[in-house]
Formats: sequence, C-alpha cells, structure tokens
Amino acid sequence: MINKKIQNVEDALKGIEDGMTIMLGGFGLCGIPENSIAELVRKNVTNLTCISNNAGVDDFGLGLLLQKKQIKKMISSYVGENAEFERQMLSGELEVELTPQGTLAEKCRAAQAGIPAFYTPAGYGTEVAEGKESREWNGKMHILEEAYKADFAIVKAWKGDEAGNLIFKGTARNFNACMAGAAKITIAEVEELVPAGELDPNQIHIPGIFVQRIFKGEKYEKRIEQRTTRQRN
Amino acid sequence: MAIGKEQIAKRIAKEVKDGYYVNLGIGIPTLVANYVRDDISVEFQSENGVLGMGPFPFEGEEDADIINAGKQTITTLPGASFFDSALSFGMIRAQKVDLTILGAMEVAENGDIANWKIPGKMVKGMGGAMDLVASAENIIVAMMHVNKAGESKLLKRCTLPLTGVGCVKKVVTELAVLEIVPEGFKLLERAPGVTVEDIKKATEGNLIIEGDIPEMVID
Repeated sequence: MINKKIQNVEDALKGIEDGMTIMLGGFGLCGIPENSIAELVRKNVTNLTCISNNAGVDDFGLGLLLQKKQIKKMISSYVGENAEFERQMLSGELEVELTPQGTLAEKCRAAQAGIPAFYTPAGYGTEVAEGKESREWNGKMHILEEAYKADFAIVKAWKGDEAGNLIFKGTARNFNACMAGAAKITIAEVEELVPAGELDPNQIHIPGIFVQRIFKGEKYEKRIEQRTTRQRN
Repeated sequence: MAIGKEQIAKRIAKEVKDGYYVNLGIGIPTLVANYVRDDISVEFQSENGVLGMGPFPFEGEEDADIINAGKQTITTLPGASFFDSALSFGMIRAQKVDLTILGAMEVAENGDIANWKIPGKMVKGMGGAMDLVASAENIIVAMMHVNKAGESKLLKRCTLPLTGVGCVKKVVTELAVLEIVPEGFKLLERAPGVTVEDIKKATEGNLIIEGDIPEMVID
C-alpha cells in the first residue's frame, strides 16, 4: 500500500503558489472542499485560475477567495449566486470563462483519462464555439474542446482510506469524481479517513492512483443553499 | 384569459409518457413533476448527478449532500442512483434522457433558443442548458409568450446570445401550445378563453394556423 495520508490541511496544500491553475470540486455548495478553501484564504495565494462549476456564494465557498481578490480567472458554468463575483466580472477585475456544464465536466474527465480533446455538440452555433474548430459527425455539428491542464485538483469525498481510495455520498460526487486525477497533483479532503483495508474495494468510486494526498477535514459546515422542504400531512 | 404558471406546468405534464426519463429545468419546468399522472412510471434526472428524484424532504430531514440542479434539498425514490457530472452529461449527450423541459427568454421560429445571457445586464452562465439543448431529441420550452413590456418572446430570430440552434420542438406558454415546424410556429392549442387573434398579436415569428384550433385541456 502506498500511503497518501497527510496530517493536516496546511501540509496537504503545500506547493500551491501564486498564479497556479486549480480545479475545485463541488456543485453549488454541495461537496466543496471547505477545509482546503479556508486554507487557501489563510495562505493568501493570489492570481489563481480556478476551474470550478460555480463560484460559491458571497460569504462561503469560492466566494471567500473572491472577497480577498485571490482569483484572477474563473472557469465555471454558472455563477448566478454571487453578487461580488458579478461585480468583479462587470468591472473587469475578474476574467471569466463560461463553459457549458457538460463540457466542463468532460474537459476534466478528458484530463483524467489522458484524452487531449473531444468533440461535443454543446455550444455549436453560440458564442461558446467562437474560435473553436467545428466538424460534422453523424449529420450533426460538433465543436472541438480540449482537456484542462491544471496544477492541482482539490476534491472532497465522504470517506477515504490511506491509499487514497475515495467514496462519495449523494450528489456531492458531482465534479469531485471527474477532477480526481485530472491535474498534476490531486488533493482529497474527506470527512472520514480510515486505514487501508477498511473500505470494501467493490465500493470505491475513485481508486487511489488518482490521488496524491489525502487528509481528514477538521470540520464540515455543509451549508445548504436552497433549503426546501414539504409539510407533513 | 391567459393561464398561470401552474397550469402551464399541468399542460406540459401531459407530454410526459410512461417509461420516460425526464430532465426538468429551473422555474416552471420544476413544477411539472407535481402534475405527472401517478399511474405511469417516470424518472426525473437532475444534471448534478441523480436519477429518481423524489419530492422535497420533510423539515428536519434535509441532507446537504442531496440536492437538485437548482441547489434545492431533495429526496430520492426507490430505484434512484447517484453519479458524477461527466456521466450525467454522458447520458444527456447520448440521448438516454427522453424529454427535456426548460425555460427560455426567447425562442425563434427556426427552433433557436436563448436563455442564458442578457449582455451588459445579466450574466449568470449557461449551466447545463447548452449541453441539454444540443443533445436532447425532445425539447419542450415552458415560457411566457410576451415580456413585461408586452413584447413577443416568440420571434423570427432570437436577439439575445443563443443557447442552442434549431433544437426546440414544442413551446407551451400562458396563451398557447405551439409546435416548431420548418415554416415556423404551428399553433396547436389555445389557452382557455384566449382567441387565435390574441395569439397572433403576441407572436412576432411566423404563426401557422390550420383549421379550428382547440382549447387546451387542463386536468
């Protein structure tokens, strides 16, 4: 067993420097690497390019990095929940690359799977296709999209073991599973970290080969963006 | 008299057939789930990674790790599954999802749709909409026929940045049900109390009227 366990978040994020490109898992605030984001704020690394489906909310998630102007460029599919983001984007302080969600996921997966580029119909005929090669496949137009190249991927899982194997819970799997292994170095933070052998190999979602560093997050707030409930009859 | 959002959702629910996997967008489309007949088997897909979505949880039973694409807390039904975002859009791109219902700011007579950006005003992003409209075979748009200023949103050509080209098949509004055919918007049904003349006035794109147009049956 190759042991990937790191004692704390500070050591886990060693090597992340100004100007780097970082992938961060999560959908909205669901499954975001909360502890790593807090550490990025503390470390005060700047000029980051962040690849993440969303940009958090004003006071949580990637919104915390935006508040401190640590992000130079954001690559996302939907950024609607963040007023500070909108302000920085409209004023030109923040560079933004909006990418269709499925394309964003596949650009991560392609990097994870060693595929340099792929064709997708998403965005054909729209401004997303501008400057991109297009080609007809099976009677339908597609555009060529390239795999992402990132320095670090930071993902969050429910359970992990010292070998770096990961298990996700519910819809918190989202981009975390696509980003694990999609960068030069992948850091996984988990709610529960167990010795190798304790997780059933049949139940592993992401094998440890895709993860270089794993640590147990100190605490999880798991903020809910839209708490919706129904009445009991 | 025009119908309301709930009635638009009710009318669209009739398009959901037994055995369908359905993706519902945010807004009116989300309401459709409430009106699908309970004697048919349907599974709802949410692109953030769940199939077999159920109703909202009871208070106190919300789980931050189980949400829909609108970031709302949800539950799952027997037979449900979770998966990652790449697999989720894989099933969308590979047309495993039978029906996509989404909202729009504008639809054109050639089936183009715009629903993600108002330059200089609103830039929230396209989310999964571009992937959905580029791949889905069966797309129904739930939208208002006219904007607040009374201007038509069913146009000859979209004026806003496009989400997808030539992809919309059917539109259900507060006034009418329309099918997109090569010549334009073919009027299929009128909302109760709405005249063909009302719909003509509210439609900028080419409106095709053939014979008597029946009233929508809701309920």
